[in-house]
Amino acid sequence: MFTIKELAQPDTLTEAYNLLIAKKNNAVLGGCAFLRMGSYPIATAVDLTKLNLSFIREADDYIEIGAMTTFREIEVSPILQQYANGVLPKAVSHVLGVQFRSVVTVGASVYAKYGFSDLITALLALNAEIELVQGGRMRLAEFLEKPLTKDILSRIWIRKLECRASYQTLRMSASDYPLLNAAVTQTGSHWLVAVGARPRKAAIAQQLSAALSASKIDLEQLDFFANIASEELSFGTNARGTAQYRRAMCKVLIKRAIKEVLMCESV
Amino acid sequence: MRISVTINDKMVHLDVEFDEFLADALRKHGFFSIRKGCDTSCCGLCTVWVDGRPTLSCSVLAFRVDGKTITTIEGVQQEAEQFAQILAAEGAEQCGFCSPGFIMTVLAMKKELTQPTEEQIIHYLTGNLCRCTGYMGQLRAVKMYLGGTA
Amino acid sequence: MKLVGKGIAKIDAMPIATGKPVYTEDLAYQDALVVKVLRSPHAFARIKAIDTSKAEKLAGVECVLTYQDVPKVRFTLAGQSYPEPSPYDRLILEDLVRYVGDEVAIVAAIDEKTALKAIKLIKVEYELLEPVLDFEQAIGHSSVIHPEADLHCNFDIGLDKEQNIVSSYKLEAGDVEAELQQCAVVVEGTYYTQAQAHAMMETYRAFSYLDHAGRLVLISSTQIPFHVRRKLARSLQIPASKIRVIKPRIGGGFGGKQTVAVEPFVAAVTLKTGKPALLVYDRKETFTATTSRHAMRLKVRLGADQDGFIQVVDIEGLSDTGAYGEHASTVFSVVGDKTLPLYNKTKAVRFMGNVVYTNKLPAGAFRGYGATQGTFALEATVNKLAAKLQIDPTELRMKNLIKQGETCLTYGGKILGSSALDRCIETGKKMIGWSEKYPRRELDNHKVRAVGMAVTMQGSGIAGIDTASAEIRLNDDGNYTLLIGSTDMGTGSDTILSQMAAETLDTDMEHMIVHAADTDVSPYDPGSYASSTTYVTGMAVVKAAEDLRQQMLTQAARFLEADPQELVFDGTLFQTGDGLRSLTLVKLAELLVLGLGNKQLVGQATYGSPVSPPPFIAGFAEVEVDQETGQVSVLDFVAVADCGTVVNPNLARIQVEGGIVQGIGLALYEDVRYDEKGTLQTNTFMQYKIPTRKDIGTIRVAFEESYEPTGPFGAKSIGEVVVNTPAPAIVNAIYHATGVMLDSLPVTPEKLYRKMQDRPIRQEMEHE
Repeated sequence: MFTIKELAQPDTLTEAYNLLIAKKNNAVLGGCAFLRMGSYPIATAVDLTKLNLSFIREADDYIEIGAMTTFREIEVSPILQQYANGVLPKAVSHVLGVQFRSVVTVGASVYAKYGFSDLITALLALNAEIELVQGGRMRLAEFLEKPLTKDILSRIWIRKLECRASYQTLRMSASDYPLLNAAVTQTGSHWLVAVGARPRKAAIAQQLSAALSASKIDLEQLDFFANIASEELSFGTNARGTAQYRRAMCKVLIKRAIKEVLMCESV
Repeated sequence: MRISVTINDKMVHLDVEFDEFLADALRKHGFFSIRKGCDTSCCGLCTVWVDGRPTLSCSVLAFRVDGKTITTIEGVQQEAEQFAQILAAEGAEQCGFCSPGFIMTVLAMKKELTQPTEEQIIHYLTGNLCRCTGYMGQLRAVKMYLGGTA
Repeated sequence: MKLVGKGIAKIDAMPIATGKPVYTEDLAYQDALVVKVLRSPHAFARIKAIDTSKAEKLAGVECVLTYQDVPKVRFTLAGQSYPEPSPYDRLILEDLVRYVGDEVAIVAAIDEKTALKAIKLIKVEYELLEPVLDFEQAIGHSSVIHPEADLHCNFDIGLDKEQNIVSSYKLEAGDVEAELQQCAVVVEGTYYTQAQAHAMMETYRAFSYLDHAGRLVLISSTQIPFHVRRKLARSLQIPASKIRVIKPRIGGGFGGKQTVAVEPFVAAVTLKTGKPALLVYDRKETFTATTSRHAMRLKVRLGADQDGFIQVVDIEGLSDTGAYGEHASTVFSVVGDKTLPLYNKTKAVRFMGNVVYTNKLPAGAFRGYGATQGTFALEATVNKLAAKLQIDPTELRMKNLIKQGETCLTYGGKILGSSALDRCIETGKKMIGWSEKYPRRELDNHKVRAVGMAVTMQGSGIAGIDTASAEIRLNDDGNYTLLIGSTDMGTGSDTILSQMAAETLDTDMEHMIVHAADTDVSPYDPGSYASSTTYVTGMAVVKAAEDLRQQMLTQAARFLEADPQELVFDGTLFQTGDGLRSLTLVKLAELLVLGLGNKQLVGQATYGSPVSPPPFIAGFAEVEVDQETGQVSVLDFVAVADCGTVVNPNLARIQVEGGIVQGIGLALYEDVRYDEKGTLQTNTFMQYKIPTRKDIGTIRVAFEESYEPTGPFGAKSIGEVVVNTPAPAIVNAIYHATGVMLDSLPVTPEKLYRKMQDRPIRQEMEHE
């Protein structure tokens, strides 16, 4: 059973960060959907609701998403539905039901680097950036590689480009965690491929992304390309599938994603 | 801590613990329609509206609804009965334990979506589990409620 | 008929649908003690020492109970008529714990936080024993799971505790081995079915208190109030007369609540403290520490002649009952009882095998009760035979099916009183579009669609054992009160039984009050299980109503000074044949409770059936298989049911639809996984996936009515038979789609993918 001894609702991010690091078992509250499943005692819970971090804003070059934005807000956002074939709304729409997606937040999901995340895979393929209070602004891909430090993720940026995208997922049942997921984007000649739920956290298939970006692709070569990703990435075994199966499925999902990107209209 | 919250159009002040969830706080204050079915945020039984949006009350810390508007099925009895009658005519309430949360999601969907397709209906309602009915009777009732034919 | 056959809404529909406080937890006092259970983290261990002193000292803790505080009299939690055929292998708490989740101590405190804190303060020292986790290794294992000397059975069920065998069973007619030699074709298969979880939405819970007379009252979410009373009396060693069990509205059961779960713990607390207490299992406890379906291994051999007439059915089984033996022998025997009669052109049939103890979650009653497992194995093998003989599976069934008026080798000369299964198959074929879709159609995007089918039977009540009583009282105001002890768990049985009573008395639902399931008030009923309520309790209700009707005629005749024979009663008025004298029902009711020499009328009946007539279903699945991933989607499932006369079409249809979806879960999604230490991993809805509405495709249901001569208005059961066909029908459709025959459930994408990868190798081997 989890417990909260003290509650803090700071007015600035700096204040929030200082509260967070003041004690070992102080913690930031995200959407709290997974909180009950743990059994840790929180000394001071740092609640970010007074920091106005719930927003999806569109600027000339960027789309900016606040950490406290819920999955449901992503799903129904006209800005995100219209960007990159709605890849972000599509990705989060697989996550349980509307009432769950109204609770879980973007910041907590990304910060926790959940291996099963649908959102992270899609954000990776969009080459998203994140901002940490202490760690500063960096590419999501870079953040995922770094060891976890106590910090607060405040915002996510997505550069607005002419981008075509596809999101693919394989699940044992509709509301299950993904067994594997993949997102592919094409921005001009530049391709980016991300694969998640391996079951480890999502990663960019660097070699495949480079190979796609360097060639003119026709549908006959999809197997060749998909193979690159399934060879370069590592896969693990968990209750939902073996590493071997994931490797094979990676090929399938990537093939389908590339095909969809090639077929779809640029938005 | 003490929070002020509008529950079913009535402003109330509740004393809640920091680690108390909205579902527990609501049951404690007599809203017995709130049921818990999973402990892992995935069955939909405890669905209420927070500022009009269907939300898992089991997963929202009570202090966070300070200043917000909560609606439980007790607060929308007339609409709920209207749909429940159609549901009952199909026999699709069955054990009834999941019905309040389900109905709250259906009513929210009606407000949010105009003339949803069957696929949209199923997508919107996926977070509400039911082990009795097999969902088909619920779908027939929803379609009838939304004005189509089942 | 005015009411029987009408799809009316349930009498409790509106309150339960709109969130009224009518379930166990809603009825508990707000200040009731909160009860929590400390559970074993080990699969098999002896408690060497247990220190509760710190927990007891914690402010707000009202009591801590360990094995030292409970009676040393063994009992079974199986909800069965006395004497139960399940072994008495339990104590409320014991110093030997037999699975991860087994109860170690009970704590009651003023609130949940305190109770959970107290649980953490209990220190237990365990001596670890080697657990038996693989049920195929249980027989002859060095660990004996039930070594106790006082292990007791009311019947010889073949218990051999030294071998971890809880029950052995053999049913044979004819000489199986000799007949197999004569068969032109023999096919066989070995099948595994998993320990499915009931996953009813309302978890197990009970609330207990002492009433004004100092008696123990339990409000319990149970299917079996009378059995609960008897079991509490034994396990707590108090007189049954001191116990009252009330069943309020319950949030689903599916057989789970036919096994006692929480009641002894909460009752022990109230007895110890004198205070009201509430125990609500969370979902994890419900998965981990109650009961499940029996996991089984079933080996089937079918012998047939060249024309496809099945000559031999041989099924050998091994069933995993887990740590305790609730329903072990009976679930197992049903595997054979509800499969061997299906095909009656046979010369020899056999079902035999063992049920074993393991150090895992106990198995218990679950909708289908062995027939589900048996149907999967038999029907998968019949489909294999169809493939081998290259006969359409529907035609193979039509050739071999038992028909109305026929008997079979295991019926001992009894005749099948009703069956429309042949019509069910014909209708189902039309509905699914069998002739166009069988066997498969390739789609261009690596997907293939195919159809498959299976048939099944169940029973209606337990013949010669379960006996229900019903009473109907004519009230002073001319209304009726129907008193029954069956347990509506959302199925609508209170409504259906009222329909039958009202029909018999020519009245409407408004004049029929129904009161059910309170051991202080209700006439005895074993409870709602074994597909018994519509059929057995229903017959008791009809007979009680007929009894009352007769008494009313007699009394009306007395007041009218007429011969009862010449009176006509239309539901509201008694009239002489010549129409000259009449008396209203309301007046009669009034007269019967006024003045001297009267008697309030109560119709009464007790009914047990000598037979258990089978309902039938033909199930048809259309699936789409993604050949690149192994993912299977059910596009369409058609179930055509023969449940005799359909008493309430809407409620019957929902039973079928719900059962089909539960069966789809068994077939495709509901995986049960343990870790190497024997801890159940699939213990939440995040890990154990019951179908959502996105997972099921379309379910379509039709009825082909037969008329069951022994049933009320010709009715048979519907509640259980519905869960049996999806797994074999879906697996058959997958075979038609891919050529892969699967033999273990659930069919996960990877499982099918791997088999598809193996296809060329497999075919080569077959050619050798």
